[in-house]
Amino acid sequence: MSGSIGKKAVGVETIGMTMRFGAFTALDDVSIKVPAGSFHALLGENGAGKSTLVKCMMGFYHPTAGDMLVDSREVAIASPKDASALGLGMVYQHFTLVPSLTGAENLVISREKVPGVIDWRKERAALAQFMQRMPFKLPLDVKVAELAAGEKQKLEIIKQLYLGRSFLVLDEPTSVLTPGEAHEVLGLVRDMTRTGDLTVLMISHKFHEVTAFADDITVLRKGRLTGTGKVSELSHKQMAAMMIGDQPIAALDSRAPVPAGARQVLTVKSLKAPDRTGLKTIDIGELDVKSGEIVGIAGISGNGQKEFLEVLAGQRARNGGDVLVKGSPYGASRSEARTLNVRFIPEEPLRNACAPKMTVAENMAFRTFDLNEAGKPVNWIRMSAIRDYAARLVQQFKVKTASLASPISSLSGGNVQRAVLARELTGEVDLLIVSNPCFGLDFSAVAEIRARIMKARNAGAAVLLMSEDLDELLELSDRIFVMSDGALVYETPIAQASVQTIGEHMAGHH
Amino acid sequence: MDATEIGLWGVPLAILGGAIRVSTPFIFVSLGEAITERSGRINLGLEGTLVFGAMTAYAVAVMTGSPWLGLLAAAGAGLCFGLFHGWICKFRGVNDIAIGIALMLFGSGLAFFFGKPFIQPSAPDLPAIAFGGWSDIPQVQAALNVNILFLIGAALAVFLWWAFRNTRAGLIVRVVGDSSDAARAMGLNPNTVRLLATGVGGALAGIGGAYLSLYYPGSWTERISSGQGLMAVALVIFARWNPLGCFAAALLFGGAGALGPALQSVGVTQGYYLFYAAPYILTLIIMIATSSPNRSLAGAPGELSITK
Repeated sequence: MSGSIGKKAVGVETIGMTMRFGAFTALDDVSIKVPAGSFHALLGENGAGKSTLVKCMMGFYHPTAGDMLVDSREVAIASPKDASALGLGMVYQHFTLVPSLTGAENLVISREKVPGVIDWRKERAALAQFMQRMPFKLPLDVKVAELAAGEKQKLEIIKQLYLGRSFLVLDEPTSVLTPGEAHEVLGLVRDMTRTGDLTVLMISHKFHEVTAFADDITVLRKGRLTGTGKVSELSHKQMAAMMIGDQPIAALDSRAPVPAGARQVLTVKSLKAPDRTGLKTIDIGELDVKSGEIVGIAGISGNGQKEFLEVLAGQRARNGGDVLVKGSPYGASRSEARTLNVRFIPEEPLRNACAPKMTVAENMAFRTFDLNEAGKPVNWIRMSAIRDYAARLVQQFKVKTASLASPISSLSGGNVQRAVLARELTGEVDLLIVSNPCFGLDFSAVAEIRARIMKARNAGAAVLLMSEDLDELLELSDRIFVMSDGALVYETPIAQASVQTIGEHMAGHH
Repeated sequence: MDATEIGLWGVPLAILGGAIRVSTPFIFVSLGEAITERSGRINLGLEGTLVFGAMTAYAVAVMTGSPWLGLLAAAGAGLCFGLFHGWICKFRGVNDIAIGIALMLFGSGLAFFFGKPFIQPSAPDLPAIAFGGWSDIPQVQAALNVNILFLIGAALAVFLWWAFRNTRAGLIVRVVGDSSDAARAMGLNPNTVRLLATGVGGALAGIGGAYLSLYYPGSWTERISSGQGLMAVALVIFARWNPLGCFAAALLFGGAGALGPALQSVGVTQGYYLFYAAPYILTLIIMIATSSPNRSLAGAPGELSITK
């Protein structure tokens, strides 16, 4: 079965799926129907039960009640192995590729039958042939750890297709892709559903994607099915209403104009640093961010944005060049960040901005725990002060947590990001550096986080925003730079920005 | 002819001979540890396994008269130690490093207990192949008298290097070592794979022990290992988990270890003992030279508790 998409698509149904964890009902009597060869979207907020439903379908959980039908026949799925035997596969939001193996090794070892001794010449030829039918090119001889997030996501999808799966669950598959890539990937997947080779169930928060590619939707809220229907008959507004009920969505502040004499807060001059492979260097010629504006950096992942941000965050050494904040050299030390009011919201906040096993309260106090009310260093740390401080922020930023003493890793992605935002946006902020703040977050969290960033801008912070989501950049930025191959190659004020021109520069066509 | 007649040439020759002679246990223990660590566990107990293997091999060889049976018994004993380590470590909350230290002390203690009666009798040696027959210089002949286990170790290093890329078993060990989640998603049981990898690692360490007692130094004493098992574990990290690197590092270690005795043999009477520290100084220098503040430890298995 290597490399062939031989099986015909299967249809999948759940009937009365219910899942209880103790007293908590995560999924309550949910019946969905995904006919063979259709592209179905599953919508819902964080904690609405989408992943629980999907995990029940894939055999990771054993539902408390409910049945699964595959091609109208009742099946028992006790483990993921049973699911894959029936041709059901899943692309996870968290990558399941093995980092130290190359793409080719990952594909071959995930196959059901792997020969004892692998004939790489034969496998490589078969893989090359298989890859020719894929619309995107990937380096299969590079270790997965060296691939960018977007490339990993593509490889995950390719892996499922390579394994000949005929029913795919895609868990927010495009959150790390550029608009062009996302369009390409989903287009390919949809074409395969049209020809009857594949059935797709996609978890998504992007309405425009759902509208463009999906046939039907199912909406969950708090574990219950709240709506279903044909995409062609529903508006975005109706979908949003099914998803969030009557809960208010944070609205973006209107954009205050950048004052003419706004002072320059961040200045980067001929900054050079090695990239993650150590073979190439990134080279930022000149970049400045003024007070009260958001400067966006667009680019396909793996073009040096991550390294650039790491240099600014002090996570990566630089070979040369200057970084100035309000005119003074900035080396990302704690004291410099404190005196110059620099705040940082990195991507994957749980990994880059938190100590996962420490409590929510402790994590929220990282910037301030060693200062007293007057901002002077203290010798004795008062846990009660940390708790009070965190309690205030939790309330202010609507962080949902069981308690202040829970480890921060037990929070959902949206709430980790809220907690980090609370920590970083409290107090005086002159420079805010943000990277992919909404990756993998749901509708209301995204709206709220974008609103917070805009609010910080309007309050006079200079914001440097790096994002792989072009919609986000277009919504928030005052100016957009495009980064390609380690350098800033294009700059446009938002008024003249066009998706097409930006996309061409991202792809390096200029 | 004596050492003075070939003059200073005696030093590189003695280093070469020493590298081949001393490195063999390092090769086996580090290859075994490489397999275990690639699967995501650290077995520090290999020092104990080495000592127990040395005692078992010697005892069995004395009783049966066959060094090969001794070797086999040592491998079997090592396998048991490895499996024991792997079995305990599957339980939640068990730390592989702590268990390793416990097994290191346990293995040595058990070996001293059972080994007391075998300190006196002499056992038959493992055979060596004389590659130095073309020369009539005794130093050359001595240096090129290569034990068969060294050759097996060299072949094993090449085989493992190949197998980690080209066999199903090799890829599975790497998958498990790098990401338990990915392994489970593939339907693999990480504990089983680690159990077997630790077992094989233990068996190889047992063979390393057999070499100590049955060839060089060639008798059973309680101080036979003097920490070689621990150093071999360090070698694996030094070699970046690459079997060929393990082999090269073991040779380097063996050669550096022979520096002191070699200098002594050509008549250096002062300060030669400083050169006994050569392996450690060399390790430090190479570690510093090959590390970088910008790169993380390349090749480290993601599930390893020391790199997590």
